Amino acid sequence: MNGFRDYAHLLRFAALFVIAFLIFWAIRGFVVPPSFGKYGHYRAAALSEIAAHPLHHAGHAACESCHTDIQSTKASGKHASVNCEACHGPQAQHAADPSIDPGKPDTAVLCARCHAVSAARPRSFPQVNIADHSSGVPCQTCHQPHSPEIGATPAGGAK
Amino acid sequence: MNLSRRQILVLLPAAAVAWKYVLADSPQSAPNYNMSDHWWGMLIDIPKCIGCGNCVRACKAENDVPDGFFRTWVERYHVTDGNMTNPEVISPDGGKEGFPAVTEDAGKYFYVPKLCNHCADSPCTQVCPVGATFVSPDGVVLVDPKYCLGCAYCVQACPYGCRYIHPEKKVADKCTLCYHRITKGLTTACCESCPTGARQLVDLKNPKDPIHAFLKTHSVQVLKPQMATGAKVYYNDLDGSVR
Repeated sequence: MNGFRDYAHLLRFAALFVIAFLIFWAIRGFVVPPSFGKYGHYRAAALSEIAAHPLHHAGHAACESCHTDIQSTKASGKHASVNCEACHGPQAQHAADPSIDPGKPDTAVLCARCHAVSAARPRSFPQVNIADHSSGVPCQTCHQPHSPEIGATPAGGAK
Repeated sequence: MNLSRRQILVLLPAAAVAWKYVLADSPQSAPNYNMSDHWWGMLIDIPKCIGCGNCVRACKAENDVPDGFFRTWVERYHVTDGNMTNPEVISPDGGKEGFPAVTEDAGKYFYVPKLCNHCADSPCTQVCPVGATFVSPDGVVLVDPKYCLGCAYCVQACPYGCRYIHPEKKVADKCTLCYHRITKGLTTACCESCPTGARQLVDLKNPKDPIHAFLKTHSVQVLKPQMATGAKVYYNDLDGSVR
């Protein structure tokens, strides 16, 4: 009899321990997201959630799939390596639905952003003092933005 | 099939290891994108940067970055003293609308575009108490906005000042290296809109990426190398005055 009493209290304690563990396990299963710990100490589902963020820039490949004429004008000019959305801004909406107006960039602002003279820019980069250079005449009167060297493209090539 | 006790003991660990792979499905976030094939970084070619601010504007548009906060920004350095210890650094509105023109030509000027360095051993992910920020299997440091508490430990842990607390969501926010673009085969918004190619997305696991030849033939540096963060934003021709 004494022997039974001796381990009965251990059994009660063990049962308590098991119950506590099961409660912990149940709460843990409820609280910890299923994908947590798949790749590391974080929620793996967050990766696909972040990857699902909508696009705003379509990427130049999408532009070039339709605007092949502009692509060929650009290819031989000084702006060959300047991607479309560098000047035209984010155009994912226009790429998805061409009826959406892509808007027309303002050359007075855009050209100056890169080409306004500043001693802080790299020397080899082409720069002009806008006021002296054009005295208010819009840039695209002489320079076709897609191939800006004068005479490089037929007049009226700007689109 | 008759298995002895010894055979079972040998097979059990092997089965446990195999079971792990059975449970884990293929790590893909887009149909043709395999995370284990990539290790992303960026190359910034300082002599090519003209300070136009295109990258800052493109990043804001692409990622809906709130006004006054930046996932990428451009700093202009002006170094006049010989020992390069006292650079004058400006970044008006992150360089979003460009920089004031300079007429006098004393000292040297250069632009330093900055963004998250997507460190392989990033201090920011190590301090997160809840596992809300992490280095993804393809080498991009990301924040899980649903898990982040907004405690800002990571904001102060980043040696490069690349994180902020989003003013509306109240969670940590930072450059994702346009994870939604690079997993679809596109480049980042900043690289897409850089007119001079001063910023280039690089995939260090792609043997055909030109970065490997570039690193072997140019003077390339990362920011704060002494902190051993494993930064993966490489700067070509970085001046010693840049901190």
